[in-house]
Amino acid sequence: MIQLTPYDRVKTARDNKRPTGLDYINRVFTDFFELHGDRRYADDSAVVGGVAYLNGKPVTVIAIEKGHTTKERMARAFGAPNPEGYRKALRLMKQAEKFRRPVICFIDTSGAYCGIGAEERGQGQAIAENLMEMMTLKTPIISILVGEGGSGGALALAVADRVWMLENAVYSVISPEGCASILWKDAGKAAEAAANLKLTARDALTLSVIERMIKETDIGHPSFYAQIRQLLTEELEALEANDLLLQQRYERFRRIGVQEKETV
Amino acid sequence: MAFLNFNLKPKNELEQGGRAAAPVHQDESEPEVTCPNCHKSIPVSKLWANLNVCPCGRHFRVNARQRIGMIADRGSFQEMDADLQADDPLGFAGYQAKLETARISSNESEAVVCGTASIRGNRCCLFVMEAAFMMGSMGTAVGEKITRLFEYALEHRLSVVGFTVSGGARMQEGLLSLMQMAKVSGAVKRHSDAGLFYLTVLTDPTTGGVTASFAMEGDIILAEPGATVGFAGARVIEQTTRKALPKGFQKAEFLLEHGFVDAIVPRKAQADAIGNLLKLHDREAAV
Ligand SMILES: [Zn+2]
Repeated sequence: MIQLTPYDRVKTARDNKRPTGLDYINRVFTDFFELHGDRRYADDSAVVGGVAYLNGKPVTVIAIEKGHTTKERMARAFGAPNPEGYRKALRLMKQAEKFRRPVICFIDTSGAYCGIGAEERGQGQAIAENLMEMMTLKTPIISILVGEGGSGGALALAVADRVWMLENAVYSVISPEGCASILWKDAGKAAEAAANLKLTARDALTLSVIERMIKETDIGHPSFYAQIRQLLTEELEALEANDLLLQQRYERFRRIGVQEKETV
Repeated sequence: MAFLNFNLKPKNELEQGGRAAAPVHQDESEPEVTCPNCHKSIPVSKLWANLNVCPCGRHFRVNARQRIGMIADRGSFQEMDADLQADDPLGFAGYQAKLETARISSNESEAVVCGTASIRGNRCCLFVMEAAFMMGSMGTAVGEKITRLFEYALEHRLSVVGFTVSGGARMQEGLLSLMQMAKVSGAVKRHSDAGLFYLTVLTDPTTGGVTASFAMEGDIILAEPGATVGFAGARVIEQTTRKALPKGFQKAEFLLEHGFVDAIVPRKAQADAIGNLLKLHDREAAV
């Protein structure tokens, strides 16, 4: 197989034929029951959440949903959550904590929604609150980046004990196009930016930002979902037996970017 | 703005002691600044005697050391992790040169200055971001410095006061910058869970990943008048939505109206306000 460039992977991650959040929810889990709304303002269609069983075990599952068809994608705001989406996710996580259910998040977003209303309703505050609260949520959290992992809008569902990425998912602080246009005033240099940003799953693994990269050879097939179900089941078992869960979650992020050498 | 900052730096007086030490003198050759708000020309010395605020109320930007001089009791600031700096962890094209330029133009080693200080007699931890250093962007060094400050504050049971000014996460450190949002938030949460007090002052501009993390995590969030505070950039929003932005969009007053800041405090009143709030939250001192 030909090696994909980082920007090829960005394009693959954005492909609307890729499985979306709901595909994972419906095929990895059973008896999913969707729970709507943030109890503050609205229900965000870009974030789907609810309760389900994973191999017979109750879990809370939250996914950013992009949709496949143009009509679906419009209805889901192309998977760009508003503050309500993050607040709904946090509400469901708190509920999971109360009932001692683990939380599983599927992430696929170009970023948090960029709009007037989103700013009026505190997009930054909503993300910030998730980052803080997820750090001490007293139940295991596993987040899987399945497509695009766009900046703070993705991180707001990825303060987890384990973060995994599909082989062709990307995770970045800024879109390669945005980066190229800011740095070089030329969005056409996106491929160059993508290479510099180190946004592939392999890069994230090397940087210790994620724990696992999931192969995509059978993506969309029953065996693919079965593999994810199996991985989640085993990992949750280990995490639930871990008494140092919160300590290790803190350290998981604490050690990223620690500067050993201090230059004068 | 860079030109402006260069001329507006009465370094010795303000860095060491605050406004009381800054003499007001004026001569004919003195440079003037035209205020973009009231369009009047103001002599630089007059502007500085007023903490770099125009008589019309327009708050001009100040750098981190000047800010510390304005807010901390004279001689009380003791810097921590002054030498901690970014070292291009991803090998990002052009980043080394940018860091070099930023260090020279800002005279700082990174985009945040951290330490302990007293504000109106109340000891606390203080961080002040530096816009002149790559627009106050947050990379691994900024994240590490602020995290260490919160951990120090937790260990010594101190309140934290933070002045934010930032374009967001620093893209040249990629995912490692993004992760600093979670890392700092974790440290803020631990500090918070221990019953300790954290106050932020949002200054112009505070955007992106800093807004979406520690800027918005204060127990009390203050803002400077007219400061731009938001998550997404206004121009990007205008381009994507093709809608005219409401008047005053993403200004401090807009955030106050929508319930995202506790109060707007003019620069002149900040030391008193912050000092009083620190005192009120000092449980050891309370009877
Ligand atoms: Zn003016």
